Amino acid sequence: MNISLNITKTITELLSGFMSEGAANIGAMVTIALIYLAIFAVAGLYLVLLERKVAAWFQLRIGPNRVGPWGLLQTMADALKLVSKELTGTVKADKFLYNLAPYFVIVSSLMALSVFPFTQDFQAFDINIGIFFLIAISSLGVIGILLGGWASNNKFALIGAMRSGVQTISYELSVGLSLLTMVLITGSLQLSEIVEVQKNGWLIVQGHIPAVIAFMIYMIAGTAETNRAPFDMVEAESELGAGFHTEYSGMKFAYFFLAEFINMFIIAAIATTVFFGGWLSPFGITESIPWLGVFWFVGKTLVLVFLMMWFRWTFPRLRVDQLLTLEWKYLLPLNLLNIILMALIVWLNLTIQF
Amino acid sequence: MSYFGDIYKGIKTLLTGMSVTGKYFITARKGAITQQYPDNRETLKMFERFRGEVVMPHDENNEHRCTGCQKCEIACPNGSIEIIWDRQIDEETGKKKKMIDQHIYHLGMCTMCGLCIEACPTDAILWAQNYENSVYDRSQLTKVLNQSGSKLKAGVED
Ligand code: SF4
Ligand code: SF4
Repeated sequence: MNISLNITKTITELLSGFMSEGAANIGAMVTIALIYLAIFAVAGLYLVLLERKVAAWFQLRIGPNRVGPWGLLQTMADALKLVSKELTGTVKADKFLYNLAPYFVIVSSLMALSVFPFTQDFQAFDINIGIFFLIAISSLGVIGILLGGWASNNKFALIGAMRSGVQTISYELSVGLSLLTMVLITGSLQLSEIVEVQKNGWLIVQGHIPAVIAFMIYMIAGTAETNRAPFDMVEAESELGAGFHTEYSGMKFAYFFLAEFINMFIIAAIATTVFFGGWLSPFGITESIPWLGVFWFVGKTLVLVFLMMWFRWTFPRLRVDQLLTLEWKYLLPLNLLNIILMALIVWLNLTIQF
Repeated sequence: MSYFGDIYKGIKTLLTGMSVTGKYFITARKGAITQQYPDNRETLKMFERFRGEVVMPHDENNEHRCTGCQKCEIACPNGSIEIIWDRQIDEETGKKKKMIDQHIYHLGMCTMCGLCIEACPTDAILWAQNYENSVYDRSQLTKVLNQSGSKLKAGVED
């Protein structure tokens, strides 16, 4: 195994002091996994709270404000409630697949987190096909949704799951192609390398017009990928009950719910890394203090997350046919044109470098 | 060229929508329309429009203004009010007269529509300002609005 695990290296060295090398490697990986799990379970809960607060402010309401100061413990209490609830299921459900589905969804979204460079050396898994890996992993989650819808033995759930299949397969293309447009500039799929390239200006500046178009397409397709409103055909409370997770309760429901919010974070984090310079500070103002990169990364990501929430609480929902028209007749042709434009710009050296 | 025209128009309208909600977002802290749950029971002043339950006020002589005309009973769309009345001899004039015996109000069935209060010709009933009306037994929701031994205030009928 010759993969570089940046933060794991320190832990491996620490552990190999009193363990054999193999055991130290595995120990380090388990430690990292547990740390990530703990951080992102809590972060996911706070994203839910953020969503609820932001939604309230958009609708001139107050939002959760009872549990803890300013309602800060609200989602913690919700999670506690969900853990203590009974796990129900339908009689004719396919028990094995039904129980497997939530784990598919949550594991695939947690896996994607491992490749993000939060700051210079804070990256669990610096794989050289980073972007490709992310696209592959993010389309894995839909299997969980399909399984959940199918195994619940419920018509609404099945319709929701099928819609999810249609939607994810269509919009996956746009996500992939818009990221490909940016890869034309970076010339690398490795996320740390992509950030490195942006030391001469963030890619959205370097690539100017086609980069802005690619960013817009990415944000639209990314919102659709996470099944959020205005693309929430999958859950569609108004016509499908709750879509694919109608039959889930308690912690299994919570996994689906948490995965949705972690996916939103992931989509925003990919955009941060690829378009807005990842952990790089604007104009290199904090270049001498590398650990501040975490704050820049999380800050930029949260701004993009806010943008997605803004979409959600502004735009009306689409019908399924409108959804597909938008993808196949508008986003996809534009995206292909945009790639040619970007290729020309890179070929003619028209990128803006500082 | 309507293809690109559509895209332009689409983006423009989406941005218009976002600017509207964005404005709401910025002003949300000042203009929140949510009312908080009334925790401040001591200093609480409820709003004029608040509808707690229908009550019949009595004055210090235990007199109310209800003539037993049954207009509220007829006005109520879901039969929450029952008037039990009988004919008694009026002491002053010596004639038989319709008088209210019990004004029964089913709070559990009331939709707080306020039609009974509007219908009452003598303003005998009005909205109370209380809240937290839940009880452990349904029978507690059936209330007799006129107090026992109360009688009609003189002059209301004129
Ligand atoms: S408020 Fe409406 S529902 Fe309630 S008692 Fe009066 S008329 Fe009936
Ligand atoms: S409460 Fe008013 S409307 Fe109802 S019986 Fe009495 S006087 Fe008539």
